[in-house]
This record gives sequence, C-alpha cells and structure tokens, in this order.
Amino acid sequence: MPIEVVVGMLAIAGSRATPLVLGALSGVKSERAGVVNIAIEGTMLAGTFAGFLIGVYTGSLLLAVIGAVLVGALMALLNAVLSIRFLVDQIISGTVISILAVGVTGYCNRQLFMTGAPPGQAVLPPIRLPGLADLPVLGRILFEHKAITFAAMLLVITVHVVLFHAAWGLRLRAVGEHPLVAETVGLSVFRMRYTAVVLAGMLAGLGGAYFTLGSVPHFEPLMTNGRGFIALAAMIFGKWTPLGSWGAALLFGVAEALPVTLQIQGINVPFQLVGLLPYVLTIVVLPGLIARAHPPAAIGVPYVKR
Amino acid sequence: MATPCWRTAGSLEGSLGKPDAISESLVWATPYILGGLAVSLAFKAGLFNIGAEGQIAVGALTAVFVGYAVVLPWPLHLLAAVAAGVLGGAAWGFIPGALKARTGAHEVITTIMLNYVAIQVTSWLLSGPMKDPSPLVVVAQTPKVPESAWLPVLVEPYRLHAGFLLALLAAVAVWLLLTRTTVGFAIATVGANPNAARYAGISVAQTMVLTMSLAGGLAGLAGTGEVLGLNRYHTPGFSVGYGFDAIAVALLGRSHPLGLIPAALLFGALRSGATRMQFLSQIPIDVISIIQALILIFVAAPEIVRWLYRLRAPREETRPQLAAHWAEGG
Repeated sequence: MPIEVVVGMLAIAGSRATPLVLGALSGVKSERAGVVNIAIEGTMLAGTFAGFLIGVYTGSLLLAVIGAVLVGALMALLNAVLSIRFLVDQIISGTVISILAVGVTGYCNRQLFMTGAPPGQAVLPPIRLPGLADLPVLGRILFEHKAITFAAMLLVITVHVVLFHAAWGLRLRAVGEHPLVAETVGLSVFRMRYTAVVLAGMLAGLGGAYFTLGSVPHFEPLMTNGRGFIALAAMIFGKWTPLGSWGAALLFGVAEALPVTLQIQGINVPFQLVGLLPYVLTIVVLPGLIARAHPPAAIGVPYVKR
Repeated sequence: MATPCWRTAGSLEGSLGKPDAISESLVWATPYILGGLAVSLAFKAGLFNIGAEGQIAVGALTAVFVGYAVVLPWPLHLLAAVAAGVLGGAAWGFIPGALKARTGAHEVITTIMLNYVAIQVTSWLLSGPMKDPSPLVVVAQTPKVPESAWLPVLVEPYRLHAGFLLALLAAVAVWLLLTRTTVGFAIATVGANPNAARYAGISVAQTMVLTMSLAGGLAGLAGTGEVLGLNRYHTPGFSVGYGFDAIAVALLGRSHPLGLIPAALLFGALRSGATRMQFLSQIPIDVISIIQALILIFVAAPEIVRWLYRLRAPREETRPQLAAHWAEGG
C-alpha cells in the first residue's frame, strides 16, 4: 500500500479510537477507585443520545457536548448510588445501567424522532492545529481531528498525570487497593469513590458524544454497538493505565479503519474477515505479550464502614 | 408518568392471555434459560462469560450446517445437528477457558473479542459460502433445514418446540452437576477460593477449561434451538442481544440453575408481551428494557427496599459478590 493510504488509515484509526479511549479512561478512573465499571456501554449510549437531542433542540454543538458529559455524570451517579450507597453488586449495577440506557434512549428516540424524517444536525468540524498539522505524515495522523479527539488525547495525559503524579491520584489508588487503610489515614472512601465514578461517567458521556456529534449527524438505537465493552477490553489490555489503554484503543481503532480503507481503495476482500483480524490478533497476542495484569486489589468489593 | 391500567393490558394479554401467547412467552424463554445457564455456570467458577452471544451464534451456525448439508434419517439427523450445535458452542467457550487457564488472559477480553469474531464470521458465511444458492433468495440466509433435523413442535399449531424441554432438562442437569457431583464441587470451590481449591488438590486450570466449555455448550444449545426449532434456517443477527439478556437473567436468578428458570420465564413473557403491547396501545417496546432494569435493581438491592420501608438490616447476611471475582487471575 502506498504511504498516503497508510497515513489515511491511521488518521481514520485515530478518529475511530476516540470513544474507545474515552471509554477506557472512564474504566481506569472508576476501577482504580475500586468500583468495577461495566456501565461504560450504557453511559456512552446515554451520552450519545443526549448529545444528539440537545444538539437538535439548541443548535449549539458546545451545549450538546456539555449535555452529553452531564448525562454521563447522571448515569454514573445512579451507578454510584446503587453500588456504593446501597451495596448492589457492581456487576449488577453496571448491567442495570446498560439495560436502562437502551430502554430510555430507545423510548425517547421513538417518541421524539420516529415520526417523519429524522432531523439532521451539524457535526463538529475538523480542526487543523496550525503548524503541527502541516508536518509530514504525523500531521495528518495526529493533528487534524475533531475537537473530541483532541480532548481525548489531552485527557489521556491529564488522567495519567493526576493518577500517578498527584496526591489526589495516590489517594484514589489507595482507596482502590486498600480502602480500610485509606479510611484509617483519614480519607473518605465514600467521597473518593463517588467522585471517581461520576468523573468516569463524564468521560464515558464525552465518548458517547463522539458518535452523534463527531461522526454522523443522526442517532440510531443501540448506536454505540458494543464500543463500551471494547473500551473495557482496551482498559484491561492496557493494564488499568491511561497510556496503556490509549495504545490498546488505537489498535482497535486500526481494526475499524482497515476495512473502511480497503473499501475506499476498491480492494475486494470480504470486509467481515478483514474487520475481525485485529480481534483475532488480540486473542493470539494477548497471552504472550502481556504478563498477568495487576488490577486494583479491592476492586468489586463494596466498602462498609465499621 | 401514570399509565392507565388498561393500557398495560396488551402486555398481559400478549404474554399470558391465550395459548398462542403463552407459547410465544415460552419460545422467548428458551434461549434465556440456556443462555442464563451458560452465564451462571461460569459465575459459579468465578468466571465472567460475556461470550454467550458468540457461543449462541456459533452453535446456531454449526447446527444449521449439519442440518442442511448432511443427509440422514430423522432421529439421527436431529441428534447429529443438536450435537454439532452444542459442540460448536462448547468450542467457542473452550477457547477463552483454555487461554485463561494456560496464560491468564482475562476472559472478559477474550469472550468479547470472540463475540465479534463470531458475529463477523456468521455474517461472512451466510452471505458467501453458506448462502442459499437458490436464485430466488437474495438476502443472506442458509438453505432450509429438512424436516429430518427439526426440533419438533410441542403443540400444533403453536411455535413452541422441543428446545424448551431441552432447556428445562439442561437446567436440572446443571443443578445436579453442581450439587451432586465432584465436578460440581470442584467448580464451586474454584469459584469460592482458587487457592483453597489448589490446596485441596483440585486442578484450577482444568476446572476453568471444563466450566467454560460446558457453558459454551449450553449457549450453543440455545442457538441450536433457535435455528432447528423456530426458523429452520439461519439469518445473521437473529440472536443479537441474547447474550446480554442472558447475563440479566443469570443475575435475576442469582446464578441458581433452577432459580433462573422463573427469571427466564419472566423476561420471556415481558419480551413477547412487549410486541403485542406496542401493537395495541402504542407503548414502545423499549419500555420493557426499563422494566427489566427496575426489576433487577429491586431484586439485587434489598438495601433499597429496606431504606424505603425503614426496615432494619438482618444481623447477618451473606451477600454473594460477583464483582469481587473481577480481578482474579486477570
């Protein structure tokens, strides 16, 4: 393949990886505090719909993105109340969020938009970072994207720094590793976990906004199509670290970009088979490449004050 | 938003009102029972089988292949096709089990990846190599399965088929396996405490592989029932979401092989009732998902009920924590 084609593919991959990166960051944030996050998919879906809805009614993309983030926070708050306040098993609360999101978005979509033609709306324009975007090769891959994609890149670095180079991140990790000790030294496990889960929800909500505000200008039921779970896989693949998750998410981004690229190039191979190569690759490579990951020690266990 | 009670009548009538409605509810419940078993059994060994979706798809694929491509007399053909479906699903469960046991690869990743592989492979096979060659068929679907491999209908003229009985039998079999056999004891021990299991001389690796293969086989049977009992051919996407609903059923049934039967019946009734409810009273089908979520919340959170009614917590309560297994051996 000529170099421009590869560059084009990587640029698509970087864009497609956006919701996966944000979803994986959402997982990192929550699980480092000791709360299993399988609600990513549902939270993302809620953000996807909220972004679309607000975009259509206000016409403002900024408000739409903010709305998606806030709805993500709301879904996460429900997850937090269920799993932290009412000690619901975190797997169950996450499943509840996912089912609820499917129901609520499907219901609202049917009631509001199914009659007549679906209203269209604008999507975020691509931004070329001045100077950087003109760099050969790297410019197109890294510096010519939608705002959400740039936000995702910045957030990867932010979460990494906060988690590993700031006192707050140390406390967060302490709560996820050994909550009793954290509480003993004066941290509020509940407050830390609530904060982490809600922040995680905001990240997932932003990831959801990518679909309706960064990708295509309409909403379909089940639009996230399992991306939240792929994000979860990226997080585990990345060993519960922001940078590792980023790398894994980019790999899955390439997985999505490859069939698109081949189609554009008019190369006739069954697109389903090309599309699954990276998934197979993950299964084959994962065991050899990665030693046993070390998830947070107290993950999944609700904290009960004694 | 208050809904007048007569509006919900469509749901009851659609799920329990008439014989055909009851039949439809049981038809829906069949893959839920088997899928729920596939998830529950893995939970018992402390494993997260998010892969029921893929295992159902592969089971349907192998069953339908033996169904249309092999020529055999009636009972043999059906047996061969069912066996193929179960083995197909079992193979799809074996892979994550073996990877976990041998290398520690997290089964959540591998089962999710295998779901995508199964869906894509199905889509490719049904639009290519396994597509009905008849020029009249333009959509992606396999040739029809001849009657010799049909799971028989239980009561004419309804759609309820023998797969429902197989599902009930499977539930009892899993229950017996878990409560009456050494294999079941090994599964439960590995789930409760892998280290203790190791000290007791149980091979954790073998138990994991076996559990995932069995779970895959159960899910494979779910896919088999759908293709040999309902459509008698295979189209892509028929089982989308079954794997996820199966997780909800398993949770609602508290992972008990018999307890999840009523859970599956409830979800089956809701799903089949939803179609009629939408038709009669324009209540969107999506409401069912919201109801499912609420049921799960109240079943899973006795704390909420206690808080609502100001009840005191019982002194000692054992609370199974599925989520605590999240990190094990990841």
